[in-house]
Amino acid sequence: MNVSYDWLRAFVGFQLTPAKLRDLITSRVATVDELEPLNKALTSLVVARVVEAGPHPDSDHLWVTKVDAGTGVLLDVVCGAPNVKAGALYPFAPVGTTMPNGLKIEKRRIRGQTSNGMLCSPREIGLGDDHEGILELSTDVKPGTPFLKVMPAGDTRIVIDVMPNRPDLLSHLGVAREIAAAVDSPLTLPELEGAGAAVPAAQRVRSSGRTGPVEVRVDEEGLCRRYMAVVIRGVRVGPSPEWLVNRLEAIDSRSINNVVDATNYVLHELGQPTHAFDLAKLGGSTVIVRRSRAGERITTLDGADRALADTMTVIADAKRPQAIAGVMGGRDSEVSEATTDLLLEVASFDPPRTRATRRALGLSTDASYRFERGVDPALAPAALERTARVIIAVAGGRVDDVPIDIYSGEPLVAPMTLRASRVARVLGESISADEAASLLRSVGFDARVESPDMVRVMTPTWRSDILREIDLIEEVARLRGYDSFPDEIRPFRAGNVPDDPQWLTARRVRNALAGAGLLETRPMPFVAGADRGYVQVANPLAANEAYLRRDILDTLARRAEYNLARMQADVRIFELGSVFTPTDGPMPREELHVGALIMGRRQPPHFSDPKSDEFEKAMTFDAWDAKALAETIARESFAGMSIEVEDGGEGDLWRISANGAHVGVVRPVALDAPVWAKKAFGVELSLGVFDSTDVAPAGAHAYRTAEYPPVVVGQFRPLPTQPSSSFEMSLAVPAGVRASQIEQAVRQVSGDMLESLQLVDEYAGKNIEPGYRSLAWRLTFRHPERTITAKEIEGRRTNVLRHLEKTLNVRARTT
Amino acid sequence: MLPDNPTLEQFLEGLKALVVAATMEFPAASTDEKLEELRIAYLGDQRGQLRAFQVALGKLAKEDRPNAGRQFNTVKQQITDAYETRKRELSAAAAPPPTLADPSMPARQQWRGAKHPVTLVIEEIEGIFRELGFTIATGPEAETEWYNFGSLNFPPNHPAMDLHDTLYLTGNVLLRTHTSPVQTRTLQRYAPPIRVLIPGRVYRRDFFDPSHAPAFEQIEGLCIDEGISFVDLKATLTRFANRFFGKKPTRFRPSFFPFTEPSAEMDVQCGVCGGSGCGVCKQTGWVEILGSGMVHPAVLEAAGVDSERYTGWAFGMGPGRIAISRYGIPDIRLLYDSDVRFLEQTADQASARVKE
Repeated sequence: MNVSYDWLRAFVGFQLTPAKLRDLITSRVATVDELEPLNKALTSLVVARVVEAGPHPDSDHLWVTKVDAGTGVLLDVVCGAPNVKAGALYPFAPVGTTMPNGLKIEKRRIRGQTSNGMLCSPREIGLGDDHEGILELSTDVKPGTPFLKVMPAGDTRIVIDVMPNRPDLLSHLGVAREIAAAVDSPLTLPELEGAGAAVPAAQRVRSSGRTGPVEVRVDEEGLCRRYMAVVIRGVRVGPSPEWLVNRLEAIDSRSINNVVDATNYVLHELGQPTHAFDLAKLGGSTVIVRRSRAGERITTLDGADRALADTMTVIADAKRPQAIAGVMGGRDSEVSEATTDLLLEVASFDPPRTRATRRALGLSTDASYRFERGVDPALAPAALERTARVIIAVAGGRVDDVPIDIYSGEPLVAPMTLRASRVARVLGESISADEAASLLRSVGFDARVESPDMVRVMTPTWRSDILREIDLIEEVARLRGYDSFPDEIRPFRAGNVPDDPQWLTARRVRNALAGAGLLETRPMPFVAGADRGYVQVANPLAANEAYLRRDILDTLARRAEYNLARMQADVRIFELGSVFTPTDGPMPREELHVGALIMGRRQPPHFSDPKSDEFEKAMTFDAWDAKALAETIARESFAGMSIEVEDGGEGDLWRISANGAHVGVVRPVALDAPVWAKKAFGVELSLGVFDSTDVAPAGAHAYRTAEYPPVVVGQFRPLPTQPSSSFEMSLAVPAGVRASQIEQAVRQVSGDMLESLQLVDEYAGKNIEPGYRSLAWRLTFRHPERTITAKEIEGRRTNVLRHLEKTLNVRARTT
Repeated sequence: MLPDNPTLEQFLEGLKALVVAATMEFPAASTDEKLEELRIAYLGDQRGQLRAFQVALGKLAKEDRPNAGRQFNTVKQQITDAYETRKRELSAAAAPPPTLADPSMPARQQWRGAKHPVTLVIEEIEGIFRELGFTIATGPEAETEWYNFGSLNFPPNHPAMDLHDTLYLTGNVLLRTHTSPVQTRTLQRYAPPIRVLIPGRVYRRDFFDPSHAPAFEQIEGLCIDEGISFVDLKATLTRFANRFFGKKPTRFRPSFFPFTEPSAEMDVQCGVCGGSGCGVCKQTGWVEILGSGMVHPAVLEAAGVDSERYTGWAFGMGPGRIAISRYGIPDIRLLYDSDVRFLEQTADQASARVKE
């Protein structure tokens, strides 16, 4: 929200620079986002000394002067002011300056004499209407000093970020009230010349009544908390006076005409939106606040033709809607130059209905912004009087009759209790009841100390956000100043919540994968895919964000393509994140997955690398690297569980299970890739399911004692004291026999002494019978207490080969 | 030379002369061949000079033998050492230089793996709060309206909801707009005292542009116990800021969140201008870091916690935004596009120290 520094000063006589005022508002009230000096045109003005002044040879009212503007040379300047005199200081606009009125200062010849700039009058720089002479400065700064340093001129716009709980701050009055409390100065409504017209007190009725010729009615109390109206006759619609234009411009609001500007002025002064109808255009001299009816339309002030829904409230005449309540008036009854009589509306419309209407129409206005946050119904009488007076001051006219006030009366407000002991408990500092009460009183609360622990508080009508004791405690903290509280660390008790096990697993996996040379990514988890089986986003902003992904490899594949498009061939990325699948219930199933994708070189090239295709091939990521990643992830994620890596199927290379349950896959990843790209391989494992059921019903808890995960540790094996013995065997393996079968068979007959079984080679081709491949294993044996004899080794070799031949038809290679 | 039947005195003198000669000759051997000649001359089994002493030792008087034997062993060891030392020296000199004729050539590299910059920020925050006794809680990203809004004191159909433009799935199921629903889940699940940190991904209905992403990370903290106050909030968050940003002035200013009261936003002095005002801090001298406040009693009550007995505070911040300002990342999309050239830089950031 924009407020004007000068306007605030018309309410409170504070002595603060704009920057100091900003700090005060930010620290006690609401954050100031920006200070915007409105005197930008004046920033290039400097203080200059007139060194010589003499009459112009060809003019009887011009002067020729020599001016020291701090540039090191004396400038010739022609001046028309009668009061110019040598030795005095004046504001000076050098060549290149654009004046507030848009005049560009250039080097000119005036009646044959050169002029290099302009000495300025108060009016030329926006400091009043005085145009009789130039502004003589009573200061002794050096010529060349920026003028604004000497004399702050022009207003400053203050942009305040008002939070939705504080509609009372959406006006100069609201902000000024807080400033007045902070600087301990009285708060007074700015005096406006001519704004003293008599406005009779309103007549209060319950739902309908008459003011002047107009019959006014509110159909349902729920539509409008209060509705006031008055007829003003004999206005002359025209341009606004300069002071009003300036006020509105200072808050970035456009001047329209004197009547509309007067209503806008009061909106920003008091926070009360009002609307002036052209009385002559209201059919049947009737005004009804009612629900809009199906099929009704209205052309609003912005020229748009809008369809109305029955959830909206309208102000209608006898025939049709003339305004959308709380949002915007209609074009038909707009105040124009032909208008002489007005109906002025001052109302407090229902906030949720205003909000719903604003959202449905996509039309946010200064009025709707305030109504949906809540406009104090108690403000209406003062606002009506003020608006009528300002209109009469700037447009003439007179109040026709006693205003009408449709209002069922002030709601009963119960006093609240503020306990000093509670203040101390929440804020951590002991604050006396007296201090708390005096802080509350400073911003309009009625606060009485009833006992050393108790303050009885009546909330002012404009503070609809104050509902319970904690709201008062916040007021106390804010008004005392957050800086007044200490920030020392005090003793605390250890918490009851153990680390989330899924988070611990994710951390281990992340560390392992980053340690393995992979790069963690955090891409957007959406997909465009429209297949069934995806969870749909009901209101996506973009077509490629319409569904939630169901696996991470899909996301990583798109990221790999992104990298390939940027000529990055060596992609090794991973992500830990949620994936979603639909269920029969309202909640999707959400799992924490880890995905990894590798393609390209296994390590960066080095100058010493052999330059051969064979070596390049050996250095390229393949399926075995992906299998290793899967094993690494499984090891980190499923400690103490039995992990199996089995054959895949349906495009998977391997399927991973933990304690028999399927947890993930390794598979080649199909990409939209350029020809130079290498094959991509992916790994994806599920690390667990999120529990998204309700923990307990609303208002209840379901406490658990801390659950500590089972402790899983391995035991060290003693280091060997005896030598080992080993041999290699090359086997001719027929098609259909798998290495894992051979290993299993070898272990069956090798006994306890087999220490390791290592596959050392795979070969097919020359010297190998077609349909066979050669696999070579190294078997290492060791006895814990003695040396193994050659005879024992030979015996085992014989047993192993015999067993392999018998069970798998695998023989030792003969060639 | 040693006489055939030396006296003890002659034996010992001879040994001494022998060791002196050996310790001069061995270091001077310039080639393997010369060294081998010397080895045979001194230590050779057949003609080595020590062999002669060994033979002579047996001929000494019985009572002299122990002493002489010890001296003999000492000298033998010294000569053997001299030989082996020289042998090592010669072989070291003879070994081919290990292709380091030009040591300026680059090392063989491995790919450097890295965590995401946002992870680095989250982990650093976690580390600081773990010093203060916080543990980690998480929760689902698909949530109910009640956990995301209702339990957190959001009034229905209120302008406060405008700050949370929400992506809905079905009915009252949505993608959480903040990590705060995990506050309610944690409060319902565990009795106080509670000191948890909640990192996670959140969603907003925003276009993907240089300063917004529809999905991004948040981290928040929750502390609930008897006697926890606004002073604890200020103290803990100030400690955090001093550890994370270095010792710089901080300030708290009033704000509004439906689920906290009093609410406060925390600023740290602008690191670019040092507080005098610049474009980065919009001339204020301060940069906003986090939102915080005392947990609203209504939030405790929604989770079945006695709000008279227990009080506490919460805070939330955006590690993505912090990563952007901390590492000078010009466009938020870089964080999510997953360009490997960007991510590789994180490996360097991980070991970089905070600039003061």
